[in-house]
Amino acid sequence: MGPRLRAAGLALPLVAFVSVTFLGPMVNLLTKSFYDPEVADALPETMSALRDWDGQGTPSDEAFAATAREFVAAREERTLGRTANRVNRVVSGMRSTIMGDSREMAEAAAVAEDAGVEMGGAFWRETMIGIDARWGGPEPWRALRAAGQRLTARHYLKALDFERAPDGGYQRAPEAWRIYVPLFWRTFLVSLGVTLLCLVIGYPVAHMIANSPPKRANVLLLLVLLPFWTSLLVRTTSWIVLLQNQGIVNDFLVAIGLIGDDGRIAMIYNMTGTFVAMTHVLLPFLVLPLYSVMRAIPPAYMNAAVSLGATPFQALRRVYWPQTLPGVGAGCLLTFILAIGYYITPALVGGQSGQLISNMIAYHVQTSLNWGLAAALAALLLGGVTLLYVVYDRLVGIDRIGLG
Amino acid sequence: MMVGGALSPGYRVARWGYLAFCVAAFVFLIAPILVLVPLSFNAEPYFTFTEGMLRLDPEAYSLRWYRSILDGDEWTRPLANSLIIGVSATVVATVLGAAAALGLAHPAMPGRKIVTALLISPMITPVIIAGVGMFFFYSSLGLAQTHVGIILAHAVFGAPFVVITVSATLAGFDWTVMRAAANLGANPLVAFRRVQLPLILPGVISGSLFAFAASFDELVIVLFMGGLEQRTLPRQMWSGIREEISPTILAVATFLIVFALLALSTVEWLRRRGAARA
Repeated sequence: MGPRLRAAGLALPLVAFVSVTFLGPMVNLLTKSFYDPEVADALPETMSALRDWDGQGTPSDEAFAATAREFVAAREERTLGRTANRVNRVVSGMRSTIMGDSREMAEAAAVAEDAGVEMGGAFWRETMIGIDARWGGPEPWRALRAAGQRLTARHYLKALDFERAPDGGYQRAPEAWRIYVPLFWRTFLVSLGVTLLCLVIGYPVAHMIANSPPKRANVLLLLVLLPFWTSLLVRTTSWIVLLQNQGIVNDFLVAIGLIGDDGRIAMIYNMTGTFVAMTHVLLPFLVLPLYSVMRAIPPAYMNAAVSLGATPFQALRRVYWPQTLPGVGAGCLLTFILAIGYYITPALVGGQSGQLISNMIAYHVQTSLNWGLAAALAALLLGGVTLLYVVYDRLVGIDRIGLG
Repeated sequence: MMVGGALSPGYRVARWGYLAFCVAAFVFLIAPILVLVPLSFNAEPYFTFTEGMLRLDPEAYSLRWYRSILDGDEWTRPLANSLIIGVSATVVATVLGAAAALGLAHPAMPGRKIVTALLISPMITPVIIAGVGMFFFYSSLGLAQTHVGIILAHAVFGAPFVVITVSATLAGFDWTVMRAAANLGANPLVAFRRVQLPLILPGVISGSLFAFAASFDELVIVLFMGGLEQRTLPRQMWSGIREEISPTILAVATFLIVFALLALSTVEWLRRRGAARA
């Protein structure tokens, strides 16, 4: 066995493992964001009868008959509600239309069967329009056909706050109804803010550790590494204990008379809580790469700059800062990427106003069960993060991510 | 700045400002963690220091929240689950990760950059995305709400840590030594055991500690995929924080801080030993 094969053979088990347990789910997630066969599979005859319809007026008699047959059958099997929910996500209001009308359609079918009336296309056209005049227009049919598309951009359109226009196309939702784009924007701004805050706090901290004598540097490094290793839940708990209304900080401020007992400050379950806790959690991720860059900078440069007549501030700005830029870039990017996908901390301490895009994704996975939309939101986030990694790779190399 | 001679008043103000700022930053980093420890000995069910505690009155302190961890299975079951899942995931991650790192470090490894990127990708994907993807995929395979599903997910998150730490110990490894061992009659397995294993062992241990700590603290996957049977320690703390927060959580938190301190000390000790030998 050649060395090439042996080396590849050693890496192969993990490559296979990652492919199955991680890459597979990622591909599946991306697929879910644009491939949605559920309605098409639930109403196959309806979809094939609607295929040739030009979208104007009403479809053929066969479409009426197929729709009625499949509605009534699915209603009996109790699967119609699920399908109606799916259609409702494409055009809202369709759930009640389908569920309400199908009940009357089932009754009409029962009466017709007892009377021995043949239930053909013409019968169902008349019956359905009689039950609900909307079936005499194109809107509900367009909704059914749109929901039945297997390959679809609708999850992405929704994730970008587009809505269906009356003519069947898409338009941007009115400002007040936009949810996701503002939330992406907020997530971006919060991540940026947290990253900058971490940089402002972390830069002097890293500098102090890098320029302390070894013994003291080790102790100071411990103060950064202990939070890094401490459970996220522990750190989040402690911020609740510190910042809540009856918490330690408020108690202290009341005790020293800075605020009254009725003037306790709301520092948690809002954006402040998200900001403080996220900064605390992410600070080590910025300090550690900065520290490793700063440690390698010989003090001789600064000394030289000063003895050549630079003030300490000039020396700092023109000699020290440029040398730390690789660490600043790497640390900031890493912190930003971690911040943008943050879930647990905003969910626990963010309250209503401190929620980020990841919380919305979790909501659609667990509560609204709109998995296609959750997949599209996750895919958009993944696209943004991938873009950042390309930048990171250009700056420092993706295989050089350290562990501090 | 460590620059002498420039002791203008402005510089001294700036230097004091820098010191004060750094002290405040270190307090910000460490105080929220340390503050939980004394509070976990509170005799009262409060999350703040009572007057008795501030007077250091022994009556105001008690071990009741530590005892209540052991009462019933509210915390012992999650602890057992966390250990089972963490150890299993760590074993998988360590074996696969160490082997992969050995392969990647070999000069003959084909496609090193792309393989490394693939192997590291679970660690650098925002966990919410990975969690959603794994939840969809594992549910369709019937692996949601099973220990196996969570162990697989945690193993794939933990493996990159092992790959990175083991690769670091192999940086600069002289591969001609392996050829020399072979020329002297050692079969590849013997050469590995006698030459490479002692070298990579510190990396394997730190990597597995990182992998275990990552699993021990992981919550997003467990939230999406875990059922009642898979409640882990972070999952139980999550409920504790969201539903009704009982001071028992402070005792659990103290336990986790001690765990972090031990893991951190071990990794640092291994790193220093490695650095001293190099």
